[in-house]
Amino acid sequence: MEILVCVKRVPDTADAEVALRPDGRGIREEDLAFGINEWDNYAVEEAIRLKEKHGGAVTVATIGPAESEDVLRRCLAMGADDAVMIDEASFRGADPYGIARGLAGLARRKAYDLVLAGALAGDDGYGMTGPVLAGYLGWPHATLVTSIEVEGKKIAVARELEGGLEEILAVELPAVLTIQTGINEPRYVSIMGIRKVRSKDIPVLAPADIGVGAGEVGENANLLRSLGLSTPPAGAEAVMLKGAPAEVAQRILDIVKERGGVA
Amino acid sequence: MDFELTKEQKDIKQAASDFAEGEFDKDLAMQLEKEHAFPRAIWKKACELGFVGMHFPEEYGGQGLGVFENALVVEEFCRRDSGIGTALALCDFASEILMRHGTKGQKERFLAAIASGRMISAGCFTEPNHGSDITMMDTTAVRDGDEWVVNGTKTFITNGCIADCFIVLCQTDPAAKPGYRGQSLILVEKGAAGIEAAEVGDKMGIRMTSTAEVSFASVRVPAANLIGEEGKGFYHVLEFFDESRAEIAATAVGIAQGAFDRALDYAKQREQFGQRLADFQVTQHKIADMATMIDAARLLTYRAAWNFDRGKIDPKLTSMAKYYAGRAAVAVTDEAVQILGGYGYILEYEVERFYRDAKITEIYEGTKEIQKNTIAGTFIKKK
Repeated sequence: MEILVCVKRVPDTADAEVALRPDGRGIREEDLAFGINEWDNYAVEEAIRLKEKHGGAVTVATIGPAESEDVLRRCLAMGADDAVMIDEASFRGADPYGIARGLAGLARRKAYDLVLAGALAGDDGYGMTGPVLAGYLGWPHATLVTSIEVEGKKIAVARELEGGLEEILAVELPAVLTIQTGINEPRYVSIMGIRKVRSKDIPVLAPADIGVGAGEVGENANLLRSLGLSTPPAGAEAVMLKGAPAEVAQRILDIVKERGGVA
Repeated sequence: MDFELTKEQKDIKQAASDFAEGEFDKDLAMQLEKEHAFPRAIWKKACELGFVGMHFPEEYGGQGLGVFENALVVEEFCRRDSGIGTALALCDFASEILMRHGTKGQKERFLAAIASGRMISAGCFTEPNHGSDITMMDTTAVRDGDEWVVNGTKTFITNGCIADCFIVLCQTDPAAKPGYRGQSLILVEKGAAGIEAAEVGDKMGIRMTSTAEVSFASVRVPAANLIGEEGKGFYHVLEFFDESRAEIAATAVGIAQGAFDRALDYAKQREQFGQRLADFQVTQHKIADMATMIDAARLLTYRAAWNFDRGKIDPKLTSMAKYYAGRAAVAVTDEAVQILGGYGYILEYEVERFYRDAKITEIYEGTKEIQKNTIAGTFIKKK
């Protein structure tokens, strides 16, 4: 089974102090730590498991700045066979349509059976790359996937729904799947893995290599235009509880009960 | 001059950080520390991932890396948890002596077992009457036919109660003048008749690491268990200190950084008198002092390890790294507890554990006073 996994390098904003850039169109990245998008990490692990079970090879790909190579090397150390970067310059500022366009060009270069992507990215949260990519390729796709069973030229996938429900879909290959966190337990990178890939070459492809012409992607070709980011003002709904811990705890319990949180 | 880590070193540091974040559970750490228990399950996993014995040659189960990469890993481990980190940093203690001076057979048997998580090692140097001064040993090893017969007591032995193999510094020629020229290293395996180990007592810190008194009563081992040259044991141990001190310095840097991280988080969240602690100048100055000490300690440590890996043995530099990193760890963890105030004194908030675990770095592997002797000795020759 030939699998392509699309990954993205994102800042870790979960525990960081996030500040807006002066132009209001992004966040200040200087003091942030970067790493693989959490959802993508699960996708890479799932691809490696499928390969280990059914044979084939896993290729990881990204469109991003030069530093994204760290993320690709990490995937290789986990057990991916190949990695490829797409030169970011022409994609700078691209919306998910542009990114998906580039990835589709890449996916057409080889006869992949499956393309995996994270269900969404931790930085912009669009959740569009996978579905739009499937649209460009004309392949079926499934989102929020929590399990994959291969049955010959078909796969059965489980999708996570609200309310603890799960939907099982039969999907014809080739297909695009977007992976939900928790589908597996991603392995740690081992020192052996790091050693094995240290001299591995990661090719950088130009837009022409993936069939993307000048001006077809990037900020000016975007269908979506971000007007800016902001930090919402503190709402009036917040209630600060004061008093002894036992009183505060009791008050919290009362509020949760009032709103139907517990019986 | 280049202060950047290589790509591979960055990957190693990140891998260590990811592993520690995923596996070093706070509640588990608190429980292990209470029970004085070695983090066995985590140790096994760390070995499977290649974090232990990284500096051993590949033919002996290692990764062919150096003291520097080892330092990066133990720093990240101790940063996440001072107790688990220290226990893992020390699980292969003194194995470097085997790596540098062991026979092919010894290396094949022991190094591979240590790297793969089948064995824990211990170095038995200190004795009840010889702590910082190991120039004369009371423990003896006498040749009897095809065997060595070891007699004596060693104390404050790291991993004493959990080790599978012991590297024992013995007096093999009591008549040698000076005495240290008559010392040799003998390898003793767990289970040998006449060997006994008992914890030295309840400890202030590093409570997931065994610290034991190990006694040898006519313990017989094959003559082939001599490590390195007969009569060179003292020199082999001193040489080992050059790398072990760099590693201990790295644990100290990690402990300091871990306490700093927690104190900084707290200072940014906690509000008093209408503003965050971090907005008070008194806190800002503490943070500045802590960060500066940590970076100075880290640079000294990296330089010592880097030099060692290039074959530049400089006891002055490793002593400076060990001395200053220990001092930084104690000072920074102290301030971290202070920043957290009353909460800092509570186990749940972790920094008190970092504080307790920091102190040992000024004591073991040569006290700070011994380090200063070494440093001064290179500037002022003895009369």
